[in-house]
Parts: sequence; structure tokens; C-alpha cells
Amino acid sequence: MSLIKTDNLPEHDDFYAELLATHKGLSEAESHALNARLILILANHIGERDVLSEAVALAREVD
Amino acid sequence: MSYDYQPFEYVAPPGLTAKEPQHKVIIVGAGPVGLAMAIELANHGVASVVLDDNNVVSVGSRAICWSKRSLEIFDRLGIGDKALAKGVTWKIGRTFHRDHEVFNFDLLPEEGHKMPAFVNLQQYYVEQYLVDRALEIDLIDLRFLNKVTAVEQAEDSAHVRIETPDGEYSLAADYLVACDGARSPVRSMLGLEFEGELFEEHFLIADIRTQGNFASERWFWFEPNFHPGQSALLHKQPDNIYRIDLQLGWETDPDEEKKPENVIPRIEKVLGHSDFELDWVSVYTFQCRRLRDFVHGRIAFAGDSAHVVSPFGARGGNSGLQDVDNLGWKLAAIVNRGASAGLLDSYNRERTHGADENLKNSSRTTRFMTPADGIERTFRDQVLKLAGKVPFARGWVNSGRLSAPCVYPSAAPDNIRLPAATRPGSVALDAPQGNGWLLQSLGGAPRLLAINCAAPDLGIDVVELAETPMVRARYLGDAPQALYLIRPDQVVSARWIETDKQAVQAAIDAMWEGRA
Repeated sequence: MSLIKTDNLPEHDDFYAELLATHKGLSEAESHALNARLILILANHIGERDVLSEAVALAREVD
Repeated sequence: MSYDYQPFEYVAPPGLTAKEPQHKVIIVGAGPVGLAMAIELANHGVASVVLDDNNVVSVGSRAICWSKRSLEIFDRLGIGDKALAKGVTWKIGRTFHRDHEVFNFDLLPEEGHKMPAFVNLQQYYVEQYLVDRALEIDLIDLRFLNKVTAVEQAEDSAHVRIETPDGEYSLAADYLVACDGARSPVRSMLGLEFEGELFEEHFLIADIRTQGNFASERWFWFEPNFHPGQSALLHKQPDNIYRIDLQLGWETDPDEEKKPENVIPRIEKVLGHSDFELDWVSVYTFQCRRLRDFVHGRIAFAGDSAHVVSPFGARGGNSGLQDVDNLGWKLAAIVNRGASAGLLDSYNRERTHGADENLKNSSRTTRFMTPADGIERTFRDQVLKLAGKVPFARGWVNSGRLSAPCVYPSAAPDNIRLPAATRPGSVALDAPQGNGWLLQSLGGAPRLLAINCAAPDLGIDVVELAETPMVRARYLGDAPQALYLIRPDQVVSARWIETDKQAVQAAIDAMWEGRA
């Protein structure tokens, strides 16, 4: 399987709002830590080594 | 100004010389919502008195984006074709980041609807068309320069005190509908408060006249090169007028920003030239707030008096018209034949639900456009960055989720084999029918809509809809036939593939009692 780059999350506005809400009131360091935990949790859920490498490369490339 | 503001005639009201008999309905405010309310009630046979403290239409273009649903409502009120002919029809929105287009949307990708996704038309034209229409209707008593100065209510009536150029008088009615805008005096006089968020942001709004050649599309910029770090919107209106919205930041002084010597250089940067005239300028702040309840005894609130949102989803004026659509037939049934007061509860329940959806969407847009410093801005900026490269992120860019009617929560009979888009609680979807349109034949009365089947005889007019591929997609799915009960506001009340007379009668009873 390769990384999905087209729209794949229904109700993404809901998720985006939830993401911001969960960061509310956190310090910068706490936000970084939360993001790190979230990435690790999602990586485990995705469970596909190739997909994760593609995602890492894409995130890097866009910057 | 290019629009020719003509004052409407003030006539000394009869109440100044002798006490008027109790009216059916008093409507406070002759803006788009109040006027639409009066015409909708008249369509249902209910007389009303409309009171307005002013005697001209809206100064400045204000609400300009009228949604497909609003146009369908206008059609029933008798001004749909006029609004469509004068308005600028559009359905494509483009979103830019700096000078790159990152995302565009088509709001009405399918054929087979009488009305387009949106037309842009200045509020003053909408008000003028509605006033012209209202003046033709005997059931509407339109009173300009009649300012409400006090409101109170008894168990079975609402009472107002009114100031006119010729002195004061009092009026009473069975019900009062407050359509008196965001700063609603009626709301203040009843001591009711809005609840919700106020966003600390200033926006400059300017209408300019130019012979430019911009497409009939909505163009939105995040951090454009011509206005660094902020956002901007450009929208075409009739008469070569363009709406420009510019985010200014909270630290700016609205009175300074409104001065032509400060506005003109900003507009020059947007257009890249100075060949334009300023038509109207204003500075506004965002609020996303509503009344907890839209009905208080004999007084109902509709439009901005009940709820206010940020403007970037065109959810202000359009939601006000949806309030009218929902309240009109219910109030008429109560006034005309003493129908269940449960109908007013259902107005409150359904339209607070609609308001919450509008508030949610417009708050999210506002948050995306004006992120708080820190992680919120980081996420926003990275969505924009990804959107330039990766398709999925384009849909996450939020420059406004444009007004579409909500689906009211419903526990009415349904069959999930039928298409989700027309489930109970949804506005019926238009479709070509004969030489006309389905929504026109549904009109403003309850209907049984029968497709490939016979409808029971229950004293409700039947609309038979011939099967076409469009009708199949919108109303049948894979079912061989279907029967829909449609409310007077063209909302699907209940639907069946197969049914019997008793079940349909039970659904009709539930509709008239305002049960969900």
C-alpha cells in the first residue's frame, strides 16, 4: 500500500477542531510533546512501514 | 452612491387617533427577514403589521450572497426571478495562498435545479424587491418611521409602544416576531442576552465601482502579497460593484481605517490600479453568538436578532430566511386554526439546531483565518503549506463553508434504502418536472409526493413525480417506488417505500403537532 494523498477523512473540519481543542491551554513544550505522542500513536495504528516512510519524506519535502 | 435611495412613504397610523383592534401578528423590522416573514405569513393567509424605525432600504450592500435555498424561498415569496435576473450568478470559489491558487470548489456540480448555488445581490435590492412585493399584498400593513419603544406580553398577546413623527401609540397582537437585527431593541427590552464568542479581529469591508473584468467567482486569499500576513476576499456584485474584505488585525482603529485616504491605498494594492470609486466602506468585528431560546411566550426571534455569525460562510442573511421558512407555516397554523403550540417549540428546536451548525462552521472558519499565536497558527500555516503540494489538504483550507440548509433531527418514518440526501428533516431537492420545477409544484402547502405509486386520499394535495434518472438519484435510490410527506416549508417530513393510510395519517398528525 502507498500513502493516500487524496481526501480520505470524512468530517475533517471536525477533526481539525478537535485537534486545536486538545492543544488549548498547553505550553509550547507541552504541545510539542502531545504532537509527538499523537504521531507515535497514529504510526502504530497505520502499521505499514513503507507508508510511514513515504509520509515522513513528504512532510520533509513540503517544508 | 450608485443606488438611488428613495424614502418610503410614511402614513400616520390609525392607532394615533383611535385604539386599533388586536392584530394577528406584529413584525418588528423591515429588513430582508421581517419583510420575508410578512409575505410568507400572507401566503398562508395571515395578516401582519410591519413596524420599522427607518424609511429607506439597507445603506450599503451588507448581505450580498444569497444561497440556492434563499432563492427558492424568494421564488415562493414572488421575487425569485427578479433576484436571479439582477444578481451575479456564481458557483466557483477559489482560494489562494500568497499568489498561488491552492484550492477551488464548485458548489453546484449537478444539473437539474431551478436555482443556482448562489447569486450575489446587494441587500438594498433584496429589500426593495420585498417592499415592492409587500405593498401589493392587502394582508400586509407596512409602517415606516414607526419605532418600537417598549414591549411587553400577556398570556395571550404581545403589546408594543410605538413612536412616530406624529406622536406615540400602542398596538397589540396575538404574536410578535422580532426581526430587528443584530442589535435587536426588542431583545434588549426583554432583557435577553446573546451567548457565545466574540472574535478580536477587525475587517474592512469596501464596495468599489470599477470597470474591472473579474470572473463571477469568489476569490479568497490567505496572506496575499498585496496584503501581507492577513486575508482578503473579492466578490462581484451587479452594477460593476465589487466587495472587498480585508483583515486588519485587532490593533487597528476602525474610525481611522474607514477614512478614504486610508482605504484607497489598500484597494489600489488589491486591484493593481486606481481606476475605481469607493461606494461604501465599513469596519466590523466578528461575533458568533445566539439567544438560548428563539421563542419567549408570544414573542419569536428570527434572523440576526436571534443569532449572529461571522460573514465568511454567507450564513447570516441566508439563515434568517431559513428561520422565516420554518416559522411561517407554523405560526400561520396556530393563528389561523389554533394548531398545537408544539409547533412553536419545534421552531425553537429546529432553528437553534440550524443556528448551532452555522455558529460551528463560522467559528471554525474564523479560527482558521485568524489563528491564535502558537500551535494554532502552526497548524494553520502547515495546512496551507501542504495544500500547495498534497491534494487532501486543499479541502482542509477553510475560507468559509458556505451556507447550505441543515438537516433537522427527525425520528419520523424513514426507509434507509431511499437516498440519504432526501431523508426526513432535509429540504426536498429540486428536479425538473414537466415544463417546470418540482419545488414550484410543492409550493407552500403540505404535499404527498408520489413516485411510481398511488398516494392515499387524506385531504392533502398529491404531487406525482415521473421517474427520471435524476428523480431516481434524488428520491428513489434502488427502490421501485416511494411516497414522501413534504411540509409547507418543503422539508421532508416522512417517507416510505410501502405504507398504508394509517401510517401516513399518523405522520401528518405529527407534522401539525411539531413532533420531531
